[in-house]
Amino acid sequence: MFTPDLIFKVVLILSIFVITLVIAMYSTYGERKIAAFMQDRLGPNRAGIFGILQPLADGVKMFMKEELIPDISNKVLFILGPCLAMTTALMTSAIIPWGSNINIAGTDFSLQVTDLNIGVLYVFAVTSIGVYGIMIGGWASNNKYSLLGALRASSQMISYEIAMGLAIIALIMSTGTLSLKEISAAQAGFHWNIFVQPLGFLIFIICSFAETNRAPFDLPECETELVGGYHTEYSSMKLGFYLFAEYINMFIASAVISTLYFGGYNFPFMNSIGLSSNAVAILGVIFLFAKIFFFIFFFMWVRWTIPRFRYDQLMRLGWTVLIPLAIFNILLTGAIIFATNN
Amino acid sequence: MQSLTNRKKVVGKKEMTWVEKLYLPAIFGGMRITLKHMFSKKTTISYPEQTREFSQIYRGMHVLKRDEKGAERCTACGLCAVACPAEAITMVAAERKKGEENLYREEKYAATYEINMLRCIFCGDCEDACPKESIFLTDRIVPSDFERNEFVYGKDKLVETLENPIDVSIRQTPEVLEFKKNKKLTHNR
Repeated sequence: MFTPDLIFKVVLILSIFVITLVIAMYSTYGERKIAAFMQDRLGPNRAGIFGILQPLADGVKMFMKEELIPDISNKVLFILGPCLAMTTALMTSAIIPWGSNINIAGTDFSLQVTDLNIGVLYVFAVTSIGVYGIMIGGWASNNKYSLLGALRASSQMISYEIAMGLAIIALIMSTGTLSLKEISAAQAGFHWNIFVQPLGFLIFIICSFAETNRAPFDLPECETELVGGYHTEYSSMKLGFYLFAEYINMFIASAVISTLYFGGYNFPFMNSIGLSSNAVAILGVIFLFAKIFFFIFFFMWVRWTIPRFRYDQLMRLGWTVLIPLAIFNILLTGAIIFATNN
Repeated sequence: MQSLTNRKKVVGKKEMTWVEKLYLPAIFGGMRITLKHMFSKKTTISYPEQTREFSQIYRGMHVLKRDEKGAERCTACGLCAVACPAEAITMVAAERKKGEENLYREEKYAATYEINMLRCIFCGDCEDACPKESIFLTDRIVPSDFERNEFVYGKDKLVETLENPIDVSIRQTPEVLEFKKNKKLTHNR
């Protein structure tokens, strides 16, 4: 029953869960700090040195706040919304290969919770369910602003998922597999997919901004127009869950981008520096997290640089620019593959 | 019209070029600027630990000075209250009794002297009006509070203590002294 493999998997799942939560927690701190630095301010610096305990203070505050459920809301769905948002946000981490195999006492253990052979599709499926958390929450609030925020979120996610999927199709054409483990392994050393699919990467990263509801595509929670968007009526830890889910989504999106386009756990000269395979695996994990942190920073960097799109501009960009561009990218990839194979 | 700064840019409904329509160069330009600001010097002053350097002629909380023997200079003439454009100053005068010469310099003194710090606009007209060199504005800040009536400062907060005399010479620059002498200025008569 308790095979070493099972124990390792349980430990891995728990540690990924904890790491995800801690990173999401400290992303809120990082976001505020980066925003402050970009605006020539200092940011939170009172709780602990450099304000390092600020996320804990925020968490305690979230828990202590009064829990309000509007009388006219649909109570079951109102509670289901944030749960769904949080669950789907956490689900995607299951198929990310966090590192290559690690060897403990003669047995190889994979640093990936499960290697689905349709890994990329799983990512899409789960992120698509993610929109239900927002939709259900917005609808159950029985509030015009929430409903509008939810509507925006769903239409935005559906529109950008198409372009994202098409960008991925081109990537799959060049890698020839849907499994994230194989995609990672194929990028060993410095053969990263970004050099093969630069246009696909550009489309993918723009779409992931839209999928994670981050600026400049943060229309679902656009404060200036919609009060708070889909979470207008939420308070206490239910609001905390929504905000938390957004940061987890950002972390996962960064992980997916790193895995698909930036070599995952691979780093240059990984096989020629003459380290043991375990050392390379651990270094790989560190490199993957370095890439992820860079992309989290990139998400924040863009947020504090670019103003929000207008809604019609967002839709026009999605349907008339990104989707044709993604189709063109598929054609281009196909043509290159055809030319090189002959 | 002549431009005051040379940063003026004429905007128009010009058709964007293909590169401009991509928006990416503009976005990267913006990101370069935000990144530059990340490493630039921060303008924040962490207040309780650091204080902003005040101007030499900063007008803050008032003080009622004592003379060199430690007696209160104020004679409750009421000129400050008259000069006050915000009507923040009120006082009740009283006659000095025998044996109080070490407490009050003049024969009449202020039994109560109150400044409502919420009304005060810190213009310094009271200081200009004072014939006895008694009231001065200092470089101290009026602290915040939770109650409105806490801002009505009585003599307990305004009169300087003997142990802790308040230096008012910082503000008395040659320009300020010159201005005080010139009683012809309309708001200083």
